Amino acid sequence: MAKEIRSGIEVTGVASIEELKNSPGFPSEKRLKKGPVAVIECVQEIPCDPCEKACPFGAIKVGKPITNLPVLYEDKCVGCGRCIPFCPGLAIFLVDTTFSETEALIKFPYEYLPLPKVNSLVDAVDREGKVVAKAKVVKVETSDKYDHTAVISIAIPKRFVHEVRGIALNRGDKNG
Amino acid sequence: MLETEIAVIGAGPAGLSAAIEAAQAGAKVLLIDENAKPGGQLFKQIHKFFGSKAHRAGVRGIDIGRQLLQETRESGVKVWLNCVVWGLFEDKVLGIVHEGKSDSIKAKKIILATGASENAVSFPGWTLPGVMGAGAAQTMINIHRVLPGKRILMLGSGNVGLIVSYQLLQAGAEVAAVVEAAPKIGGYGVHASKIRRAGVPIITSHTIKEVIGESQVEAAVIAAVNKEWSLIPGTEKTLEVDTVCIAAGLTPLAELAWMAGCECMYLPELGGYVPIHNEKMESTIRGVYVAGDLAGVEEASCAMEEGRLAGLSVAEELGYLEEHEVKRRREEVVERLKALRIGPFGEQRDKAKQKLVQAWQKKLGQG
Repeated sequence: MAKEIRSGIEVTGVASIEELKNSPGFPSEKRLKKGPVAVIECVQEIPCDPCEKACPFGAIKVGKPITNLPVLYEDKCVGCGRCIPFCPGLAIFLVDTTFSETEALIKFPYEYLPLPKVNSLVDAVDREGKVVAKAKVVKVETSDKYDHTAVISIAIPKRFVHEVRGIALNRGDKNG
Repeated sequence: MLETEIAVIGAGPAGLSAAIEAAQAGAKVLLIDENAKPGGQLFKQIHKFFGSKAHRAGVRGIDIGRQLLQETRESGVKVWLNCVVWGLFEDKVLGIVHEGKSDSIKAKKIILATGASENAVSFPGWTLPGVMGAGAAQTMINIHRVLPGKRILMLGSGNVGLIVSYQLLQAGAEVAAVVEAAPKIGGYGVHASKIRRAGVPIITSHTIKEVIGESQVEAAVIAAVNKEWSLIPGTEKTLEVDTVCIAAGLTPLAELAWMAGCECMYLPELGGYVPIHNEKMESTIRGVYVAGDLAGVEEASCAMEEGRLAGLSVAEELGYLEEHEVKRRREEVVERLKALRIGPFGEQRDKAKQKLVQAWQKKLGQG
């Protein structure tokens, strides 16, 4: 606790790549290459486990104590993304590196209005909210079960697959 | 003088849960709140709660509130709103003002669930219109649907500061930054990450030096602080904002408990002076129970569980529940509470809660 750390989730609010890769919810490069897979960016031991029950394939395990970090069983994950809207921390994403020849698909939870329109071009942002690429909105999913959390799918240039985790907020004046 | 079996003071998550538990057991419960609507702060919690299914994780606070109100109605709890309790005297007599009339109530058992109030931080300019508690801003946006400002500076990065920042973004405001005097973010990383993705910087080891404005907030000057929490000259930065929200923790509203003679203990981890209580939530005054933020500032999930404990205890004391039944149910609640107090964010609170129980035992013996 006494160590001075100037990067990482506790100081910046953004999990570092090391923190993510050392967490049990982050899929391997090998699995990422195979196709769509959940990426659980939950690196702190907080009492929370809805993700475990959200997965119908048993690919996410928290167990006891409830503060365990969620473990992703990447071989069981079919990449359906059903877990995304059920994480109260909005910390689960879906990444599909095989979406097209040049593009990857990122799915993420989104709780702002207005929702982006399918096929529109938007600014894709990284974990710090920095615009890093243009993205095409592929899908906008809403459902009573999701309880006001929309799940947005965007296509982005493949090289940003480890960076993009959302889109810039649509404030009408700035983002069109 | 009016009479009731159980008087519960405060209709937030703790008070509602306590009232429901006791009324479901068959006791006659009067639930009193000074506000026009019940629910305490639950109805402005529009985010999904954490925890497990047993804690209603994944459900938004506002919906948990609705469910509690329905259970309150169904269990036959009598609810008095716009009713101020101004005194708690010997023999469990409450001084109240109800619908403009002064009166008193004698109760066999009293459950205090008065909650907590936001801490202020003073700096030059802190009295300018536009400086407010983060909870006040949250009430404005989520209850009254009024945006307190267009561009906001948040002071404090505990879960309240982070969540309210997120909700201000959702409501359409811009959040210029979250400023945190400590070297680390206080709240959950996932809450911090949400607002970072939306482009909000979180500036640690910084605080507000002053707020500038003619007749309202026009800008805030922030500056770095050293390890002694003193401002470091030359590090000032000016942010153009029209609103400053303060999320610097909460203090238990222990006035009635003090007045009743409940012994309190100073525990900064729980927000300040907290009434000493046992595992059944009984204070050092027999028949006076405490629950929720008054018994140590935590979160709504904990408050509901503590309310249930208090409700079960009074129902048992009044003979509405069998000992073995209460024991089983109490164990379930304690188990759920324990789960909310483990891990790096919960340990401190857990230790502090144990100190309260130990202090009670030292004073009044086992039981």
